[in-house]
Amino acid sequence: MTSAPGKDRLYVMQYPRDLLLDLHRRMLAIRLCEESLVEPILDGSIRCPVHLCSGQEAVAVGVCAALRQDDYVMGNHRSHGHFLAKGGRMEALVAEVFGKEGGCSRGRGGSMHLIDPSVGMLGSAPIVSGTISLALGAALAGKIRGDQRVAVSFFGDGATGEGVLYESLNFAALMHLPMLFVCENNLYATHMPIGDCRPACALSDIARPFGMESVCVEGNDVLAVLAVAQEAVAACREGRGPVFIEASTYRLRGHVGPDDNIQGTHTDIRPPEELARWRENDPITTFEARLVAEGAASDEELARMRGEVGREVEAAHAFAAQSPHPPAEELAAHLFKHD
Amino acid sequence: MPTLTYVMAINQALHQMMEADDSVFLMGQGVKSPWYVGNAANGLLDRFGPDRVIDTPVSENAVTGAGVGTALAGMRPIVVHPRMDFMFYAFDPIINQAANWYYMNGGRLSAPVVVWGIINRGGEQAAQHSQALHATFAHVPGLKVVMPASPHDAKGLMIAAIQDDNPVVFIDDRWLHGIEGEVPAEPYAVPLGRAAVRREGSDVTITALSYMTHLALQAAEELAAEGISAEVLDLRSVKPMDRAAVLASVNKTGRLLVCDPGWQSFGASAEVAALVAEEGCAGLKAPVRRLALPDLPAPASGPLEKAYYPVAGDVAQAVRQLVQSQS
Ligand SMILES: Cc1ncc(C[n+]2csc(CCOP(=O)(O)OP(=O)(O)O)c2C)c(N)n1
Repeated sequence: MTSAPGKDRLYVMQYPRDLLLDLHRRMLAIRLCEESLVEPILDGSIRCPVHLCSGQEAVAVGVCAALRQDDYVMGNHRSHGHFLAKGGRMEALVAEVFGKEGGCSRGRGGSMHLIDPSVGMLGSAPIVSGTISLALGAALAGKIRGDQRVAVSFFGDGATGEGVLYESLNFAALMHLPMLFVCENNLYATHMPIGDCRPACALSDIARPFGMESVCVEGNDVLAVLAVAQEAVAACREGRGPVFIEASTYRLRGHVGPDDNIQGTHTDIRPPEELARWRENDPITTFEARLVAEGAASDEELARMRGEVGREVEAAHAFAAQSPHPPAEELAAHLFKHD
Repeated sequence: MPTLTYVMAINQALHQMMEADDSVFLMGQGVKSPWYVGNAANGLLDRFGPDRVIDTPVSENAVTGAGVGTALAGMRPIVVHPRMDFMFYAFDPIINQAANWYYMNGGRLSAPVVVWGIINRGGEQAAQHSQALHATFAHVPGLKVVMPASPHDAKGLMIAAIQDDNPVVFIDDRWLHGIEGEVPAEPYAVPLGRAAVRREGSDVTITALSYMTHLALQAAEELAAEGISAEVLDLRSVKPMDRAAVLASVNKTGRLLVCDPGWQSFGASAEVAALVAEEGCAGLKAPVRRLALPDLPAPASGPLEKAYYPVAGDVAQAVRQLVQSQS
């Protein structure tokens, strides 16, 4: 497989305008939705832990744009972007974060448990690397049924410390499963920089001993991610899977909550200059600039889109606000199916 | 006597034990960040260096196994898991390996490892950030399991766990970390397997573990005002369990409420109840009752979470019903 297109940039005009605007709108929806949660987190109206993915939108959107609706996705603790990119309803996400009955997990799960089976989002869970083997199973199901479905596992660089990743790589390779291992390398696992978690070696190298296609992509460039993902998905559908994708990216917010340094803990040890550099490389503003510079969209169009998405976010909050909390009498509901 | 918070009592135990014995070391996620283990590891890295205070990658199985291996090789490791739920990845080294090693090798070599798990409930964190797994570990032959409720016991049981020649699962609860109490400055061990009467009473025995002890004490206070005299027994050690203390108290009061911070079915509360059933306490005046978590995963949503976790009022109410009921 070709390596990152990164440096010799893909020209936006090679793409249909609709696709470009759709990619942009999806990234914007994730960003504006995420940022709309900051105030309510700070004022205490959201109480569950929220791991914002601001800055990492291009990975989720680029990968999911290469998928069919019936392809499967599984995520981790930082999965708002995966959920929305796969087509999960924003109002169901926001309501979930507020612990409401109208949430995608009926308020039982909160921000870390996002699911929408109708669009192939089989769920997310915060046990680091815990869903990798589950996505493996989703890919296995696709292979057994021969229905050409692909399964994607999104996980962070931190998950590369867990043994189950390697067990899954081996099994997926052995079985030629239609699976994308998408490692979002944002350089940190909670308070630990990647250099303290791994010896210096490229994350994409970890799949090579299994004979697996692997590629490293500029994760803040949505077109680069899309190109790599399309090729990987095609390989999976032709029985040439699995594929490992390392997407380099950065979270612009704290590990959990808007800023790790609130509550006086000072756990964000990331250098301010590093943060500033990545802000320059914001996947949304850089893409906007390209769309305009290369004539795919005007400033006015983009402003209009921003307004529309902003109203969508407001509507999601309005939905969450009017949705009731699950009643205490229903504490025992949903333990078993068909009870 | 100096007053310390629960978490600083643990911290003091670690400082003193690492000072006293070069083979003691601490390893696990977050030991250099207050975000994970509260202040439990404060100052350790500066004082003992990165060879003895090891902040690890997210690799619970390997790191815990390495802890067990260092123990077999003569060290006294403490392996911390800042959210007990993540210990599921470490079940093999703890349960298959460490717990069995001494017996299955005919007493040749034991694994004196302290596996320290922190219960991290509440805060709308849902099912995978809340689980109290003491009963699961206590079920396994070859493991000792302790759950201190006070700063005094947190220090003393940590020291006893480190000194013990066997694998010990030490379990604390983030809800306890800020609790203050008197803690002797010098090192001391609280023996494993010994309960403590926290409050004397004559009408009913409440046995409790960990955070539940505080709810039981609050409830006992409330009940005293109503003329019900409750004895509160803090088990401190899940396994070995202080059977004699339970029986002595129930023989005195004739009634038993078992409080457990874990799930009800097949849990630690069943062991206490079974003990009393088997030994047939003299003149039991009412059937034994249990108060534990419902057999459900923890929900995220606030109102459900509120319904899920018992409060002191629930303990008091259970005691009232117990006192009214007849055997
Ligand atoms: C099995 C397990 N161990 C530890 C944790 C605590 N934890 C939550 S997120 C995280 C870091 C994850 O880093 P990474 O996978 O790189 O994802 P990121 O947060 O950077 O997106 C850790 C260690 C956990 N949730 N699960």
